[in-house]
Amino acid sequence: MTSLHSPFGEKLGKLLRNGLSLDENRNGILARSAETGHYNGIKTLEFKERDPIGYERIFSKVRAGLVNSREVAKKIAASPIVEQEGELCFTLYNVAGDCVATSTGIIIHVGTMGAAIKYMIQNNWEINPGINDGDMFTNNDCQTGNVHPCDIATIVPIFFEGYLQAWVGGVTHVIDTGAVGPGSMSNGQIQRFGDGLQITCRKTGVNDTPLRDWLHESQRNVRTVKYWILDEKTRIAGTHMIREMVQETIAEEGVEAWEQFALEVIEDGRRGLVSRIKAMTIPGTIKTVAFVDVPYTHPDVNVPSPFAKIDTIMHAPCEITIKPDATWRLDFEGCSRWGWHTYNANPTAFTSGIWVMMTQSLVPTERINDGARYATQFRLPKGTWTNPDDRRTAHADAWHFLVSSWSSLWRGLSRAYFGRGYLEEVNSGNSNPCNWLQGGGINQDGDIHAVNSFETAACGTGACAMKDGLNNAAAIWNPEGDMGDIEIWELAEPLLYLGRTQKTNSGGYGKYRGGLGFETLRMVWGSCDWTMFFMGNGYMNSDWGLMGGYPSATGYRFEAHNTGLLGEDGRIAQGKTIPLGEDLNPDDREWEKHLGPDAVVKRDKQCITTEAIFENGDLYLNYLRGGPGFGDPLDRLHTGRQSIEEDLNENYVLPEFAKKIYGVVYTQDAEGVYTVDSAKTSARQAEMKEERKARSVPVTEWMETERAKILDLDASPQVKQMFASSFALSEPFLNEFKTFWDLAPDWNLLESSLGIPMFGSTKTMDISEMPDCKPVIMTEE
Amino acid sequence: MSTYTKKQVHDLVEGTLDWDSVHKMLSMPKDQERYALYMEVLQDAVSYDDKVLLAVGPHLNIVESATDGEIIVKCDCGHDFGDYRNNWKLGANIYVRDTAEKMDEVYPRLMSPDTTWQVYREYSCPSCGTMLDIEAPTPWYPVMHDFKPDLKTFFEWMEMPAPAKI
Repeated sequence: MTSLHSPFGEKLGKLLRNGLSLDENRNGILARSAETGHYNGIKTLEFKERDPIGYERIFSKVRAGLVNSREVAKKIAASPIVEQEGELCFTLYNVAGDCVATSTGIIIHVGTMGAAIKYMIQNNWEINPGINDGDMFTNNDCQTGNVHPCDIATIVPIFFEGYLQAWVGGVTHVIDTGAVGPGSMSNGQIQRFGDGLQITCRKTGVNDTPLRDWLHESQRNVRTVKYWILDEKTRIAGTHMIREMVQETIAEEGVEAWEQFALEVIEDGRRGLVSRIKAMTIPGTIKTVAFVDVPYTHPDVNVPSPFAKIDTIMHAPCEITIKPDATWRLDFEGCSRWGWHTYNANPTAFTSGIWVMMTQSLVPTERINDGARYATQFRLPKGTWTNPDDRRTAHADAWHFLVSSWSSLWRGLSRAYFGRGYLEEVNSGNSNPCNWLQGGGINQDGDIHAVNSFETAACGTGACAMKDGLNNAAAIWNPEGDMGDIEIWELAEPLLYLGRTQKTNSGGYGKYRGGLGFETLRMVWGSCDWTMFFMGNGYMNSDWGLMGGYPSATGYRFEAHNTGLLGEDGRIAQGKTIPLGEDLNPDDREWEKHLGPDAVVKRDKQCITTEAIFENGDLYLNYLRGGPGFGDPLDRLHTGRQSIEEDLNENYVLPEFAKKIYGVVYTQDAEGVYTVDSAKTSARQAEMKEERKARSVPVTEWMETERAKILDLDASPQVKQMFASSFALSEPFLNEFKTFWDLAPDWNLLESSLGIPMFGSTKTMDISEMPDCKPVIMTEE
Repeated sequence: MSTYTKKQVHDLVEGTLDWDSVHKMLSMPKDQERYALYMEVLQDAVSYDDKVLLAVGPHLNIVESATDGEIIVKCDCGHDFGDYRNNWKLGANIYVRDTAEKMDEVYPRLMSPDTTWQVYREYSCPSCGTMLDIEAPTPWYPVMHDFKPDLKTFFEWMEMPAPAKI
């Protein structure tokens, strides 16, 4: 089969002024970059040095145009995910699909839309379906670089005087893609074929007009039609504004200046990252790891295939090597296998998404472009959850694994910041943003609907090395952290708020504590047929704490049915107490005291569920997690700002745990105000240090007992599954494990020995085996 | 490029630096001099004579031994964890929270991990009992060797003479 036949008479090499095909042009750039270590072989920033003002003028126009277009376009959207949370982004690319500059927002898509452009280049879209002025292409295919299907990208070529000069992409996170589970990041489906509508770089518009077949087909394949079409208009408006801005810039600055700029700015970006690495970090090797629980044997997880009903653990070890030349390598050798769930990620999602986090730490600059990627070596072994080797994988909630794995990188890099004295940059990690409140059915307006609450964009942040983490403030994956307005969410969802408050005791303890998460209690209201489900960490948390600080609290689930709240005889009509929004200590089960006698409550650690029926009056707790702590808790100030006393008086910590962790001794007056007795607290803390010494053992002694457990295969099925899948994919990880625990050379734990179905572990089929398909590969595998 | 005084770096370490200065540190390009000032502040804070070369934690430093010039990891209390190229955790004490009852001391039961999935490993100094690190891995997981600094290259980056035994 060949793709080089054009039904429209297009010929290769007509789009660029240099007469090369797009693929030839890109291959030349890749070759010159690989040969020299500089993007496109650019060893001197000739334009920038010759005419710095002209260079900066172009950058400023482009950057300002991107940001402005985003701000204007997002007002078109009706989805609170876009309009409230800013889940959109516009990015400008050169003709090779490498990012020149990006707007604010979810800048993970610097790479994902670039991957889609590269896919079109590599697979000769130039010939069929053709690339013309006025075209629009749409992509959300996870096997073409997208993170998850709900990120819909509109990509527009920018022509000037008849030649292609750039591409612009706009992406919005839509509220539903018609997956098996309602909501943008749903679960329940376990394969691509249930993961919602997926569009592979399809030409969806010509002459600046969306095609009618596209509009009809796409709208009937999703639940939330109104939001879908307004998101589409948002993307089109933004990309067209940017196209006009770029064309004006080229007209003003000249074609030659533009073409030189569009390449040189990427080498400039590459050097920018190198410069920051050298300025902020320490050369050497940093190791981190993160885990995520996937508890699928629970009866409240309903999936279509029996081989998915297993408990597994995502394993994401990372070795960060900061090299003498201040480039770096991120090696994920040892990651566990992809799975039959929606949390798989593709390499571009991983390598592009990392900049969402790094712009909040290592490279807090507006000059993020593909240069940073060229200064970074990624290694994502094939077959792992970061690089599946099977085209059946589902990705709807790829963030669930991605965010957890990135969070540990933040912790790892913080060791370097701390070592050099840049304490203000240290972040103990960040909470996995869960929970994701999702569901769907017929809403309060009688429409088919789906929801995904983005309250999660304001979790607790990790503690710094010189201050506490921020409470309910930010998310690692969205630099514009915002929980959104209650009134807007109540318009968008058939769920009334019974309360919204900081989540006591959710931040990790430490000299500086992690920021608290928050919780909202929602009551289903006005719906007809309605389902909801939970998506978060419960049996594990993905982050650790740093240098003596504790991990943050894990999640739990609360849902209540048949609550007796509504109706003429209900507690509300009767004026009786009802649950409000503070579940102070979940073990006390306070809310259950305010429900009817026949209420059915699920209060447990099963934080991943699939669709369950929720009637009006049923309750759902949306608990957004806190961040991890920094430093020994016994170093925390007793009184004053950021102290144990403040924690008690602000309800940041439960008194019981303030005593257990901080050793605090206090009095409480009639108004409930706590006063810490510093002298008695110091005395108690001295005792606690002695108790630590008494109860602990030398690590080498403990290693003997742990080694015996390994030899006895004494671990839960999910722990053994995690190790077995990592061992199967990584001989280096297996050897490292055996060396550390002093195991026999032939020791191993095979997936086939686990007694659980391991579909996909012996035979897979990758997208690269599809006919006439050249996937874009930008990492070591 | 901003520069800061030793007093400001001291206050940063103590957590008492005014917010305007912290904000400046966050938003401006990094000051290359920070490292030297930081080492002076850390040196003043410890009771031993060994030269502090790098901070590994609030109470843990890589130092150049005053007696033999070896590069070792040392707790503020003076406990010697040995060669900096080895994992200091292997010389620490450990307490593993691997049951629900042990986790009850840390969080409400519904807010703590299930220990069949995840445990807490608390590493403390055998001499003074200071909590130096907490890991939260699955059972069986090897002890993490978090950081192996390339000190020779680091001192080249800093344009400073490196200790003889690196």
